[in-house]
Amino acid sequence: MTGLGYAMTPVLAAAPLSPPTHRDIWWLIIIKTLAIFAFLVLATLFMIWAERRVVARMQQRIGPNRVGPFGLLQSLADGLKLALKEDIVPAMADKAVYILAPVISAIPAFMAFAVIPFGPTVSIAGHHTNLQLTDLPVAVLFVLAMSSLGVYGIVLAGWSSGSPYPLLGGVRSAAQVVSYEIAMGLSFVGVFLYAGSLSTSQIVAAQAHRWGILWAAISFAVYAIAMVGETNRAPFDLPEGETEIVGGFHTEYTSLKFALFYLAEYINMVTVSALMTTLFLGGWRAPWPISLWSEANVGWWPLLWFLIKLGIVLFVFIWLRGTLPRFRYDQFMQLGWKVLIPVNLLWILAEAAIRVVNVSNWRTWVIPIVVLAALLILGSFIADVVQRRSEERMQMPRVGPALVPNPDSPYPVPALGPATHPPLAATVAAREGASGESHSDVRTEGDGRA
Amino acid sequence: MTATTDPYDVLDPSAPVYTLSGGDWQDIVQDVADRHPDRIVVNMGPQHPSTHGVLRLVLELEGETVTQARVVVGYLHTGIEKNCEYRTFTQAVTFLTRADYLSPFFNETAYCLAVEKLLGITDQIPERANVIRVLMMELNRISSHLVWLATGGMEIGALSAMLYGFRERELILDIFEMITGLRMNHEYIRPGGVAQDLPPGAVEKIREFLEVMPARIDEYHDLLTGQPIWIKRLKDVGYLDLTGAVALGATGPIMRAAGYPWDLRKVAPYCGYETYEFDVPTQTDGDCFARYLVRMDEMRESLKIIEQCLDRLRPGPVMVEDKKIAWPAKLAIGPDGLGNSLDHIRHIMATSMEALIHHFKLVTEGFHVPPGQVYTAVEAPRGELGVHLVSDGGTRPYRVHFRDPSFVNLQSVAAVCEGGMVADVIAAVASLDPVMGGCDR
Repeated sequence: MTGLGYAMTPVLAAAPLSPPTHRDIWWLIIIKTLAIFAFLVLATLFMIWAERRVVARMQQRIGPNRVGPFGLLQSLADGLKLALKEDIVPAMADKAVYILAPVISAIPAFMAFAVIPFGPTVSIAGHHTNLQLTDLPVAVLFVLAMSSLGVYGIVLAGWSSGSPYPLLGGVRSAAQVVSYEIAMGLSFVGVFLYAGSLSTSQIVAAQAHRWGILWAAISFAVYAIAMVGETNRAPFDLPEGETEIVGGFHTEYTSLKFALFYLAEYINMVTVSALMTTLFLGGWRAPWPISLWSEANVGWWPLLWFLIKLGIVLFVFIWLRGTLPRFRYDQFMQLGWKVLIPVNLLWILAEAAIRVVNVSNWRTWVIPIVVLAALLILGSFIADVVQRRSEERMQMPRVGPALVPNPDSPYPVPALGPATHPPLAATVAAREGASGESHSDVRTEGDGRA
Repeated sequence: MTATTDPYDVLDPSAPVYTLSGGDWQDIVQDVADRHPDRIVVNMGPQHPSTHGVLRLVLELEGETVTQARVVVGYLHTGIEKNCEYRTFTQAVTFLTRADYLSPFFNETAYCLAVEKLLGITDQIPERANVIRVLMMELNRISSHLVWLATGGMEIGALSAMLYGFRERELILDIFEMITGLRMNHEYIRPGGVAQDLPPGAVEKIREFLEVMPARIDEYHDLLTGQPIWIKRLKDVGYLDLTGAVALGATGPIMRAAGYPWDLRKVAPYCGYETYEFDVPTQTDGDCFARYLVRMDEMRESLKIIEQCLDRLRPGPVMVEDKKIAWPAKLAIGPDGLGNSLDHIRHIMATSMEALIHHFKLVTEGFHVPPGQVYTAVEAPRGELGVHLVSDGGTRPYRVHFRDPSFVNLQSVAAVCEGGMVADVIAAVASLDPVMGGCDR
């Protein structure tokens, strides 16, 4: 347990929380809303470009470099072209749902970003305001709710297209969300336990001295996996797995509707990365050596730290895509249900126990109980894995069976081993020799004609 | 399947005639809907990102599990075999090289060996020509396996593997271009030898490649072999044991991955393969991962053979002595690439009437091949590539039939796919490595 190492630090419960947000002036709210909208659209354009460039570099290619400086305007040009494409609605589609689906997918993607704190309180035209559109007391749950809503768009798109591949993609997506939402939600619990709040701004405040990644390392790991699953990105891009189900849920979509799905996917990626930064990487707070500078966490500087952290997390998304093959559907489910969720539950139990030990004097008898419980769960987990392994072995008696001819087979199977070579080669050679002679007889005839 | 009789059957007009066909799409869908309302029929291909061109699979799915897989081929049928019957024996190479477009040198060699066998000149092929043939075939084996690695990797989602595979293939295609003038469809190996000798600098270029390639193969291993997702996707997927492989006629890496070291280069050597030192890599698991490992090892063995070829290249002719068979036209590098040698054209057009007559007669009419039929087979990257050649004594083949490994190996699609998931179909079909150009011809 990584947790035990710092179980004795009493800092966090006493961490000072920032004052609740006061209501902003109306025009400030509009400015913030527009800024977030613009940021997300720009981030999408930038991400598409960055992804293509970085993956290209990993694959020893150059990537787009023609439109604008360094090809930066490539995605803009692609987007414009996409918008001008013919909009096709398949004959078999359920028209209303088909049109609604991309909208359902895109809107929650934008909305989730409202609760992400970009920075502390700043002064805009004499007004003091937080760099955050709205500071909900249940902000993290709001993000979770929005990302689940967005998936309805994908599922409905798959269903309403009236074609098998989108249907498969929609089904995959539904299963993926059900399993990974749980893992993701549980990984938040680890953060809540320490931060003592569901509000994003207060979670950032709670990380003033120590980042979440340190107090909830396992939650971080689970979240890191779940967020990739949640955004349908490689290696978990099953709902759209191009080489399997062509394009999955968006197979039948064209033009702007397709663009909306594309937009939603990239915004979701930015959102989950921003959430990771907020929950585990100290949010807008400056990383260690810079944080020694007294101005580091004041004013507009934190916006920069936030964007840098965001960029690093987003880079990992690209990196994964350039490196890993795609999971298979059942393996992916297995990872979610049999690994991530049990590990997470175990971790929450341990973390809760550590907290109890921390705040009370009962450690003399609590620790053995907790250790015992943890061992029991771990033991059952291992037993399950061992049992599964042995079951697999029972099902597939394949210890060199390829070499053992199936006795029931009516088909002949050759004797094995390199010993088969010389006799056969000799036979062929003998046969060739014989036919060669007869041919040379015919050959004279042929010569005469030629 | 319907049984009728054939009134034109001279032996027994009442004998039943069976017509086998896959059935219409509506019939299949209706049939499945009647029997299993919870199953859907998915038409994978002929336009699909992972069907190696135009392979079509009709999959019956229960959820994500494939309960039945039917293969539909023929979308790339180009009448290559039939066309050969209307061209001279030498010109037929131009068609056949395009059949399995990823292994053109194997098509050419298999066919030329058949023609030479019918002519009875197998022993007269110059040593140098045989070494060059082996050299080109082994380079081609690597380039073909690289395409398999690249596309197979991409289909499982390893996008970078694709670019890595194609990067090295490019090196080989450069060598091909330098030697034959073309990157694909070379028409380089001709009945009687090869079209022209290696150009200056070719050996050095191949040696450079030999230096680079082993490290690149290590790189693929680093990238994929230990990769847990890669292993999970391939291990125990697409299982075909030796019994199945024999029953279905699957050869090449599929059979060797099932544990049987069947390699025509060892079993029935041609072009002097018996004198080269190399191993036949085998695995025993019979799954996609075993096939992957077999192909990876085969690339290393091919490198060994190429090295031996370079060492034993001695100056000498690359075409048979017999002027009635040897193609008279000479090639040379011109300003627009490899083309007709101007010296040769000057020779026949300006200096020697006899040379012109000889050239004209051989190029337009071709040479006569004694009547008879032969079967020759070479070990292509995908398995046994056999040629059944029939001659009626004329200057054109009476019939050329290719036993293409892609076609035969595709028979095992149902065996390796059914019971797996949709994603496994992709991995399994990729591990069979079908090339539709060869399958449909």
